[in-house]
Amino acid sequence: MAERSFAREVEDLKLGAGEEFRGEGILAITKALLQSGVGYVGGYQGAPISHLMDVLSDAQGILSDLDVHFETSASEAAAGAMLSASVNYPIRGAVTWKSTVGTNVASDALANLASGGVKGGALIIIGEDYGEGSSIMQERSHAFAMKSQIWLLDPRPNLESIVKAVEDGFELSEASNTPVMLEVRIRACHVHGRFIAKDNKRPTYTLKQALENPQRDTSRIVLPPAAYVHEKEKIEQRWPAAVRFIKERKLNETMPGDVSHLGIILQGGMYNGVIRALQDLGFADVWGNSRIPLYVMNVTYPLIDDEIVAFCEGKSAVLMVEEGQPDYIEQALHKILRVADVPARIHGKDVLPIGGEYTAVVLATGMRSFLSKAAPDLLPDQVRASNNPSIMASDEIKALAEVVPARPAGFCTGCPERPIFAAMKLVEKELGQHHVSADIGCHLFSILPPFNIGATTMGYGLGPASASAFNVKAGKRSIAMMGDGGFWHNGLTSGIGNAVFNKHDGVVMVVDNYYSSATGGQDILSSRADNGSRSTKHPITEAVKGIGAKWVRQIDRTYDVAKLRDTLKEALTTPEAGPKIIVASSECMLNKQRRVKPLFNKAVKGGERVVRERFGVDEDVCTGDHACIRLSGCPSLSVKHTADPLKDDPVAAIDNTCVGCGNCGEVAEAAVLCPSFYRADIVYNPTGFDRFMARLRAGVIGFLQRRRERRRPALA
Amino acid sequence: MNALTPIPGISTKPISVAVLAMGGQGGGVLMDWIVALAESQGFIAQSTSVPGVAQRTGATIYYVEMIKARPDGVQPVLSLMPEPGHVDVVVGAELMEAGRAILRGLVTPEQTTLIASSHRSFAVQEKIAPGDGIGDPDKVFEAAQVAARRFIAFDMAQIAEQTGSAISAVLFGALAASGTLPFARGAYEETIKAAGVGVAGSLRAFAAGFDATAAATAPVMPPPVTDIKIAPALAPIGHPGFDALVARAQNEFTTTAHGMLAAGLRRVVDFQDVAYGGEYLDLVAALKPFARDGNPELLDAAAKYIATAMAYDDVIRVADLKTRATRFARVRAEVAVADEQLVYMTEFMHPRMDEVAGTLPAGLGEWIEARPRLFRALDRVVNKGRRVQTGTIRWFLPLYILGGMRRFRRGSLRHKREVAHRDHWLAAVCAAAAHDHALAVEMLQLRRLVKGYSDTHARGLSKFDRALAAAQRLAGRSDAADWTRRLRQAALADEEGTALTGAIATVDSFLADEATTTLRH
Repeated sequence: MAERSFAREVEDLKLGAGEEFRGEGILAITKALLQSGVGYVGGYQGAPISHLMDVLSDAQGILSDLDVHFETSASEAAAGAMLSASVNYPIRGAVTWKSTVGTNVASDALANLASGGVKGGALIIIGEDYGEGSSIMQERSHAFAMKSQIWLLDPRPNLESIVKAVEDGFELSEASNTPVMLEVRIRACHVHGRFIAKDNKRPTYTLKQALENPQRDTSRIVLPPAAYVHEKEKIEQRWPAAVRFIKERKLNETMPGDVSHLGIILQGGMYNGVIRALQDLGFADVWGNSRIPLYVMNVTYPLIDDEIVAFCEGKSAVLMVEEGQPDYIEQALHKILRVADVPARIHGKDVLPIGGEYTAVVLATGMRSFLSKAAPDLLPDQVRASNNPSIMASDEIKALAEVVPARPAGFCTGCPERPIFAAMKLVEKELGQHHVSADIGCHLFSILPPFNIGATTMGYGLGPASASAFNVKAGKRSIAMMGDGGFWHNGLTSGIGNAVFNKHDGVVMVVDNYYSSATGGQDILSSRADNGSRSTKHPITEAVKGIGAKWVRQIDRTYDVAKLRDTLKEALTTPEAGPKIIVASSECMLNKQRRVKPLFNKAVKGGERVVRERFGVDEDVCTGDHACIRLSGCPSLSVKHTADPLKDDPVAAIDNTCVGCGNCGEVAEAAVLCPSFYRADIVYNPTGFDRFMARLRAGVIGFLQRRRERRRPALA
Repeated sequence: MNALTPIPGISTKPISVAVLAMGGQGGGVLMDWIVALAESQGFIAQSTSVPGVAQRTGATIYYVEMIKARPDGVQPVLSLMPEPGHVDVVVGAELMEAGRAILRGLVTPEQTTLIASSHRSFAVQEKIAPGDGIGDPDKVFEAAQVAARRFIAFDMAQIAEQTGSAISAVLFGALAASGTLPFARGAYEETIKAAGVGVAGSLRAFAAGFDATAAATAPVMPPPVTDIKIAPALAPIGHPGFDALVARAQNEFTTTAHGMLAAGLRRVVDFQDVAYGGEYLDLVAALKPFARDGNPELLDAAAKYIATAMAYDDVIRVADLKTRATRFARVRAEVAVADEQLVYMTEFMHPRMDEVAGTLPAGLGEWIEARPRLFRALDRVVNKGRRVQTGTIRWFLPLYILGGMRRFRRGSLRHKREVAHRDHWLAAVCAAAAHDHALAVEMLQLRRLVKGYSDTHARGLSKFDRALAAAQRLAGRSDAADWTRRLRQAALADEEGTALTGAIATVDSFLADEATTTLRH
């Protein structure tokens, strides 16, 4: 069960010809796949394309009606390899993942696929996670397209253009026997917009037909001499075919403007930002009219040399708007114009920043700089000078910078991973600091305050592998983290298998929260849920034992901080050789609440006796030292100032968003912090016996309380 | 004439709205409402966000642009991100998020209406400081007055709670009342109804947000911390012993000290007994000769910190506080229990032999402590986490009895140590007060460093001792008080006391330099 239900969005996938689709970009792509007669879809979840996977997962009914096979791939490599169904058969296939991280993982399969080429359209939809809000290293997917000669589409960021790119992409792939990448940036994936739908199409050739009529063609297999022939084919046939198709179908757009001696060449994805920047300078309007001619590259690889030459001819200067680095397109532009002897001067990274997201501000500044260099007479004086007194320099706003806190993402309220790191902190206090290799997943939030745990992260599922060098005799052992998502992605072999085989002596902590949580709570092999279309409930401990690990501990409740602490201590000190593997399991609280809350509310409404737990802090016992917070960081555990004039510092306080996970109480107990925490068990719909006991207890306790109150001055 | 000549009746500029919220605040819901509202009113709306990992408690920006649709069907080109200087409405779902919008330049005096909830949701860095790490909310208000064209702020979290809905609905109401979007109130309400989730609650919160905005003439600031502190009145309560103490305090001290004395008296009498209140007044009175007229600081600090030092946190006090009827009632209110529901508390206690020995008669406690092997053996029995179910008679009774042991407290080992420690501190304060009033005040305030239980308490105590010793070494210098204040601030900056160690090293280095210089003369 994914984090979000797409039951309503699934209905949008059924829209027919002429009906208007309104919604998110990534869902529009999903609809476009069905309109294109796709035969199979695979992929690996991750922002910003998780919703594509989730909505298809919720749309199994529609998919099977259309004969479309949908698969949640084990990794991007698995998804990339899945496209091999389009090598021998005329079946359209699409896969999706977060890029560049996913493309890194898939590149082996992609290189093989691109070498042999495809018969059916093969589309790779990549969510380009670059710029603000990105959670990964800042790189471009462009390089992958160039190195394997896969065509790269970068459509304008509106739903109509994106949907058209999906349809064009399949055709381009088939026309040139080459896989095609469709790049969508993070904001475009989440953009709300509209387009006019078409009817969904069944695939013309199905997977069933393929299985029953198998075909093979050794010339498609990457093995000499075919591999040498593939390279020749790429150069002599596929590339020219792609160029022909792109030109004939006018996939790139040239937009006229009256300032004809200038021009702007841009990646399609930059279009809206460029228009807005031009608008600010008075060179465009909100309806897309521009005074400066534009050449919009909806295909950023391959480049269409003669289109570029034709656009630049007769111009004095051209601006290349290319986000990210290296500036592959700008470099190519120089070569193309040099060869064609076109004198137009090329601007690009000289007026725009080399790296980083091209935000509205960045584009406006760059555009102003371009115009003041290329055509200073065109710019109105006030725009060129632009010395508006900025309020940003005022004392009030400078003072504000001192108080606004950074607010990085962190563990959710009640997160079962928090106690794992609290336990690690406690062990650190006893046994000193250790080298900790972190991994990708929610658990990576451990690197931030309050935990400050983790030295490196080398990739999804690669936590244990990245500790592999530390396999020498030493006074301390390494600790490697890995989530259940990363474990099944590749960590079982690259981490555990590697450690077993090389007799690594370190500790591996597998954080098992029943889902691939960071990507939106998708089910994986070890999920505990019943899933109608997937096989789940395969324990991680079985897998690691199967691969040869001997020292394996399963902890079924991560909130048991003391047990975790003791297990970790044992792992770090036991004389036993080989990897020490701790699997710490508790359900992701975000998903658990989504699952449990409706059931709880239903039980309460139905008059059932149910108990809700939540935590609290006795403010007169709390001394405001915040030691508990330094071992927790739970959003619902906060601080507040009290009315007590004798207390200077705010005391700890728990708000009503507490889900009663118990971490703070366990930590207070395990770390011997303080007795201010209490758990309140709230009994809904108490039974007659409950009420009888409550009256009895209240009678005795009340009597004793009154007795003591009478004996002291009434101060409260 | 060029292609950009405006056509009459066709909009040239979109309306833009940026929402800054934290994960879980319903920023996405608000964004969807705004889009649906605009679309229902013949506008074309585009929204974007960068959720990603930010939905896990981080800060996120949601952005909407809208423009009146053209009859000829030409589509607008709308921006996917807010541009500083071109945002019409900025919504901050929390006060510091509004501040962040200002820092990002999204709020400009020519154009932007800033709508913010004035409540605070503290960031981790604000919460983990051993002292008070909370950012000053006034700075946001001051900056907003400079940056925004119009600034609307009030506590929307409170309204959301009162109306049993989410803050997004209150913000939607405030947005409607602000009149920044060209839509009537009814259209907003229809949008909520059409969305079909939690409609009744959302409409209540919407209306409350609307009314609060319409009624407000100025942004409503949260009260400053000093206003939250309520000192009780120094007045009789009808208990002869306590009232005698009150009378004595009224006679012996100037009125400026009365508030803190009243709070202190209540604390120490509640902690022990009326006689203890008398001791308290004696200790504070010992500093009276050094108090300067018209300068209440010394007695104020003495009244405050002597009380906290005397009412130290021991197991008897914790047991007493946990078993009171007032506490039972407070818990019910805090966890928002309905009348027909039952509530039971479980306490998380982890006593160690240290605490047990402290509670024993001084002689016995010292005897055990002097025998490490016995101490360790006993610790193995005692030292474990205990879940105490205070609401059941079986668990209430032992806690109640423990709480009643205060009549033996004066003879306990812990008390003996606390008294000795306290006396040492007050002697140092008196010595300083004779010639440096400000230094004495600072030395009293050092007591703020002692807090927490077990290890945390030990760390705080050690910080206090080191800072007090440094303050004594500083005595005689004109900047002694300033440096003592810095030592206190340094001690509160981090848990391990790294900053304090650095500050003390600085103090010692200049004291050593001075000593050398003196010798040379």
